[in-house]
Amino acid sequence: MFVYCDNAATSPICKPALDAMTPWLTELYGNASGVYKMARDAKTALENARRTAAECLGVAPNTFYFTSGGTESDNWALKSAVEAAGETRRHIAISAGEHHAVLHTAESLKKKGHPLTVVPVDPYGLIHPKALLKALRPDTAIVSVIYAGNEIGTVQPIAELARAVKEKDKNILFHTDAVQAAGHIQTELTPDIDMASISAHKFGGPKGVGALYIKSGVKLPPLLHGGGHERGRRSTTENVAGAVGLAAALEHMTRNRDEFSRKVTALRERLIEGVLSAVPYSRLTGHRERRLPGHASFVFAAVEGELLVCRLDCKGVAASSGSACSTASLDPSHVLLAIGLSHEEAHGSLRLTVSHTNTEEEMDFVVQTIKTVVESCRQMSPLWNAKKGEPLNVY
Amino acid sequence: MYTDRVMEHFNNPRNMGEVEDYNAEGTVGNAKCGDIMRMTMRIENGVIEDVKFKTFGCGAAVATSSIATEMVLGKTVEEALNLTNYAVVEALEGLPPQKIHCSVLAEEAIKAAIANYRENAANLT
Repeated sequence: MFVYCDNAATSPICKPALDAMTPWLTELYGNASGVYKMARDAKTALENARRTAAECLGVAPNTFYFTSGGTESDNWALKSAVEAAGETRRHIAISAGEHHAVLHTAESLKKKGHPLTVVPVDPYGLIHPKALLKALRPDTAIVSVIYAGNEIGTVQPIAELARAVKEKDKNILFHTDAVQAAGHIQTELTPDIDMASISAHKFGGPKGVGALYIKSGVKLPPLLHGGGHERGRRSTTENVAGAVGLAAALEHMTRNRDEFSRKVTALRERLIEGVLSAVPYSRLTGHRERRLPGHASFVFAAVEGELLVCRLDCKGVAASSGSACSTASLDPSHVLLAIGLSHEEAHGSLRLTVSHTNTEEEMDFVVQTIKTVVESCRQMSPLWNAKKGEPLNVY
Repeated sequence: MYTDRVMEHFNNPRNMGEVEDYNAEGTVGNAKCGDIMRMTMRIENGVIEDVKFKTFGCGAAVATSSIATEMVLGKTVEEALNLTNYAVVEALEGLPPQKIHCSVLAEEAIKAAIANYRENAANLT
């Protein structure tokens, strides 16, 4: 059996998206900026995709800009926001739960002289309006808060956070990285939110295409200069097939969201309950209720996450970990440390993200496989007291 | 990212556990950094008669521990001291660059266990 449980990393392309894209990858290859019929048809397809996708998010089509993905959207939002803000507003505030695309962009801006504040999260990964307001300064240019966390799945009260920021200072731009949220939950892009990033491959669309929502009236200089595509804001030959695929996938998710969400939440619960009861010294990370429908994340005492992932892989389960060893750095995930886990605990992290294509049988198989793998890894661990069946007291 | 040999070792580690009547013990690394290796050995007449490991760490950490025990089992203490992390990497048919430190840890664990043995022996005389 092979069970794919890494849908937060990427998801398989859904049939409606693939079908919608195919003509634009094959016989209808025209450049959407051309003047002949094949080009005009491509342009029409692009604009239809824009309208469909914008409708799914409840925003106007002329606020929806296609990009190459979530990372580009995040880079564009932060870099261009501080560029537009000028000398009087140079400060940036982000949450401690951001994806690297926001965190590393903010850190690179810090190196260029932009003061950066990282707003703490609570032990469940939630950002509280009070904590966010405390970080604001008279020179704050932009606030960026992830809509739903990629590592622990916690869904933020984004509308409330954005409102709090705007009530304090309406000239601060509010950006949200909605890459994990879009399609999976009802995202509320309220008027207090100025920008939102999304990425197609996280919700059954193709890789290499995403979008940035830029509220009407927000002045955001382009990140990419060139032929003046996307109304002069994002140059590069339009990825028509990608845009069409993004729109079809988002529409598919939006139309079926209630059904998918119910099914995925039930699978997730089966997984969480199963793992917590089958594996001693395991705990859930992130919020118990306020989490993405398909997101289950754990820490296991006395085992290292990358080893778990490697051994699960050999037994047919694809998952991921935020342990240091799963990256090139020596530190475990900044998000796991931000929710108050020790380094030791954070090294034992495992993330499983399920989709509506998974089944109950698969969840039971995954639980049993995790149980077996954790047990065998603990037998190998110098941090596990095998006689007593408990971790040594480094935890 | 891992070679078949590395995967084979972390899935079926050799000499895993603790030597029952060990007279040499070395622990290197720390839990904070995500890697701990503990080697126990029984050394008789200058020869490593038995060796076992316990490791908390990634796939590469387990694979390097496992193969290092194979490489020193039955060898003299002097031969074991000559084991380098490069030899461990070579035996595993390569490691990703960010995992080389795991092979260093394996070399250090062997050396720490032998140092412990010598210390114990010196204390007896």
